[in-house]
Amino acid sequence: MSDKINKLVDLLPQLGQGILVTLELTIAGAALALVIAFILGLGSRARTRWARVPSRVVVEFFRGTSLVVQIFWLYYVLPLPPFYVELDPLACGIIALGLNYGAYAAEVVRGSINSVPTGQWEAATALDLGGVHRLRRVILPQAWPLMMPMFTNLLIQLVKGSALAAYITLHDLNFFIGELRKGTTDTVFAYTVGLLLYFVFAYALTLIMNAFEARAKNKVGQGPSLREVLRVAPVQTGAAEVRS
Amino acid sequence: MNDFWNWDHAAAVLPQLIEGLGITVLATVVGMVIAAILGLVVAIVRRSRVRAVTLPVGFLVEFIRSTPLLVQLVFANLLFTQFPSLAVGCVVLGIHYATYMSEVYRAGIDAVPGGQWEAAVALDLPRSRTWRAVILPQAIRNTLPGLGNYAISMFKETPFLAFIYVVEMYAAAQAYGGANFRYIEAITLAGLLFLLVSYPTSLLVRRMENRLA
Repeated sequence: MSDKINKLVDLLPQLGQGILVTLELTIAGAALALVIAFILGLGSRARTRWARVPSRVVVEFFRGTSLVVQIFWLYYVLPLPPFYVELDPLACGIIALGLNYGAYAAEVVRGSINSVPTGQWEAATALDLGGVHRLRRVILPQAWPLMMPMFTNLLIQLVKGSALAAYITLHDLNFFIGELRKGTTDTVFAYTVGLLLYFVFAYALTLIMNAFEARAKNKVGQGPSLREVLRVAPVQTGAAEVRS
Repeated sequence: MNDFWNWDHAAAVLPQLIEGLGITVLATVVGMVIAAILGLVVAIVRRSRVRAVTLPVGFLVEFIRSTPLLVQLVFANLLFTQFPSLAVGCVVLGIHYATYMSEVYRAGIDAVPGGQWEAAVALDLPRSRTWRAVILPQAIRNTLPGLGNYAISMFKETPFLAFIYVVEMYAAAQAYGGANFRYIEAITLAGLLFLLVSYPTSLLVRRMENRLA
């Protein structure tokens, strides 16, 4: 066992590299997905057909085809004629993750905005707020906390999807598991360590997202502030169970 | 411009894609049956009051849910080399989605009004009969749209099976592309076939959602 641990220690620099690549894919992919989600989500609620129909088509297209197909389409088809677009593998991964999960998140954005009560829209209109102002100051602050739990789920899905990157020559966490397996010749050890690393990674992201969610809720007067949450041990879920 | 799309290649690859689509659908159906049954078992076990049972099961569910399906597939395929990789793939897909489905069932069971439980106790129904005849028939009705949505999402994740050498639709496209140096028709058609199956199914699920709601 100890020689395997030694091997793991030897490979630590590679592990750091792998986590860094997975982190890059996650953060850049999520950032792109967020931007796409808002463009498409708001677009599919627009009144003009010229914005609504293309948004719906793009959302359904990227939701309906598989992430695997999308990532490899970017990787294998784009460099060929007639496109001749040769993307860096990292860019390939980020764009595919961003488009795919952005399409899913666009539905979250649309649904959350739709569930803000109509009275809020009417009140904003009555106060003569402009379109942008109304969205930014009245609607989104209320829709945002509704989006957060679903964004957390999608973010974890995105992390899991990023494991595909190893197959487009990127040296991410998944690639590292393969290296560890080769180094130790122990499949169970390598994959147990690898899966645990993914688990810790996802868990840390969940905790961070929960903090964002608490902050978003607090801003519209629901739940304690982030400072209060961090001071005591996590009680939110327990309290929710007691109430129901 | 002729480089853009070659119908000869499209026609040549299509039969292979359709064959792969059969494997894709097969994997989805088998995986979903496993997920639907195992998910229900997990949901019921997690309601138990014995912490020695719920804690490890809860951890295992969280663990499987938040680690990549791709890594799990490759791992299982390396471990169980004596089984065909299609079988291993279906089981892993089933177990992975069972962890999602257990949450759907949990929500469905929680949504059954408390009065139903009390009525079952008042009628002195044994616990197994309470579950079978009172709770589950009501709970499962609520879970059907969730089941449908996860079936679609599993359908779109079956290309991961290509990485454990199952020749489903994506692997067929990839093989054709590699052999003929023509990826565009094969991969594009594979994507369109996914859309062709998943989009009408998602419309059906949405209709079911509206009717049950």
